[in-house]
Amino acid sequence: MKWLLTLIVVIVILLHHDIWNWKNSTLVLGFIPIGLAYHIGYSCLAALTMWLLVRLAWPKHLEEDEKTP
Amino acid sequence: MIPALIVFAYLCIVLYIGVFAFRKGKASGEDFFLASRGLGPYVFLLSLFGTNMTAFAILGSSGMAYARGVGVYGLMASASGIVIPLTIFFIGTRLWWFGKRFGHMTQVQFLRDRWECGGIGTFIFALTAAMLVPYIVIAVMGGGHTLEAVSGGWVSYEVGGAIVALVVMGYVFFGGMRGTAWVNTFQTLLFLSFGTAAFVLIARSLGGFDQIMESMKNNPRTAALLTRERIPAEEFFSYMFIPLSSIMFPHISIMCLTAKRIGHFKKTVIFYPLCIGAIWVPSVYLGVVAASQFPGLKPGEADDVIIRLLTAHTPEVVAGILGAGIMACVMASDSQIMALSTMFTEDIFVYYGGKERFGDRVQVWTGRVFVVLIAVVAYLIGVALKDKEGIFELAIRFAFSGFASLAPIMLAALFWKRSTKWGALAASLWVAFAVLGTWWLHNYSEPIAPKPGPPPQPSAVHAPSGPDAPTPPPAAQPPKPPQPPKPVQIFPALGDLFLRGPTNVTIYGYLPAMPMVLISALLMVVVSLLTKPPSQKTLDKYFPPTEKATS
Repeated sequence: MKWLLTLIVVIVILLHHDIWNWKNSTLVLGFIPIGLAYHIGYSCLAALTMWLLVRLAWPKHLEEDEKTP
Repeated sequence: MIPALIVFAYLCIVLYIGVFAFRKGKASGEDFFLASRGLGPYVFLLSLFGTNMTAFAILGSSGMAYARGVGVYGLMASASGIVIPLTIFFIGTRLWWFGKRFGHMTQVQFLRDRWECGGIGTFIFALTAAMLVPYIVIAVMGGGHTLEAVSGGWVSYEVGGAIVALVVMGYVFFGGMRGTAWVNTFQTLLFLSFGTAAFVLIARSLGGFDQIMESMKNNPRTAALLTRERIPAEEFFSYMFIPLSSIMFPHISIMCLTAKRIGHFKKTVIFYPLCIGAIWVPSVYLGVVAASQFPGLKPGEADDVIIRLLTAHTPEVVAGILGAGIMACVMASDSQIMALSTMFTEDIFVYYGGKERFGDRVQVWTGRVFVVLIAVVAYLIGVALKDKEGIFELAIRFAFSGFASLAPIMLAALFWKRSTKWGALAASLWVAFAVLGTWWLHNYSEPIAPKPGPPPQPSAVHAPSGPDAPTPPPAAQPPKPPQPPKPVQIFPALGDLFLRGPTNVTIYGYLPAMPMVLISALLMVVVSLLTKPPSQKTLDKYFPPTEKATS
């Protein structure tokens, strides 16, 4: 699981560099340039990635230690 | 007059929040400096996020998007949206844990204990403090300029700066970290609501953005703003290193220690990218829209395009409220003042025996006196160097690279048992050298710096709709797309190693932050492997058997 999550994080970081959109001025929904629309989607993907990390890789041992008086 | 009244009302509210926080506080160091490590999940999220948002998030980003296009969002916002939550997830939670277990209140305390060395902590304290001071000075200067502008000159720059310094000093002095966190929460809510309101009101006034975007796309002079053509690929890639600075800023790392429970980090890391989007998308988008409405603005003038759009497309009262609200939010430096005060008190006063000799109460008052001292010194510098704002803005830019390059030190301290104080010292010295070196290189190459590219030209189809909006000149026929300025070699004998663009120095086209971070990491690893690790007792303390840390 640790390696799979590491791979996901690396892929998400790589996806930030959307070179295929560099000179593309297509308008999504008629008013959002595709380069901006992609990165709005990317922000949502970043939130989803963090949700995955929180669900599957949360440092639970720190939480358990918190409960110990 | 209305905008001035709005700003004064805002200042009164934040001052009251500080006084209210004072009433809720206790007379202990941990309460004043860390709000008793008791912030709830929403205040923690909003205050941590607000602490990270500077004037640049709204005003600077729209000005930059005006000149360089929608790519500014990917360059700065979405990169931060993944890197900052990752650093909070991996570094922030552990700093919080060690802080709770061993009573650390600053990152320097942790580093001193982790590497059994006071000197390295003192050096990092001096380095981080020096890189933090320009923020405070700039905020005082920004306050002076803002109040002077919104009052139509009725309040002078000097008086405006004094009022802002007094108010910030007041609520930090009384409210400590609790007051600072509450004010930051209030500011973040204003940021989020004002940005959205400005976007909706301007869209309604313009009858939607479809027509404007279509006309910009069809005009060769503005089409590049809808793409990333004005941002070099190397710069876009290397900008990813800049958000590493966030967790190393003392005001951010100290803020991480204020959460009541470690579970409060969960909401923060998940919602952080969405909060960044909520503030940056309207700012960047409106900056690009402004290029079609107010063509030909120079780089400095473009920073207030949102205020210009509001003035042109909303009633005076609404524009006054939103404009003043935005300006008010961006001129505070509370977190930085609070962090410097905490660092001085904990890393110097307490470390050198002050608390043992004089007690907890004197410790808190030392922190308060230091808050006053910082505010007064920042004000005096702000007044004395009124026209030298560029120096501090430049210092802030270099500080980002400096703090980013300190991140490998913190990562090694938290996750690598074999790391040593000598590795940390080598990396810290490199950071200090690199920051000063980049600054020197920037000044040295100033005379040969290429001029900024031509400002965006008017869109051929859509005209401004405000009553006082300027009439754009017709587009030249046939229109030629403007070419971005080409960077020049600083030392031709070294080829493209050091290049000078209109605003910055690059290394083979990459921002200095990238090599600075990589060399810092390399020094940390190599020098650590060549020197003796800390004692087993310290390693057992920071790497207990229950934690499966990388060693």
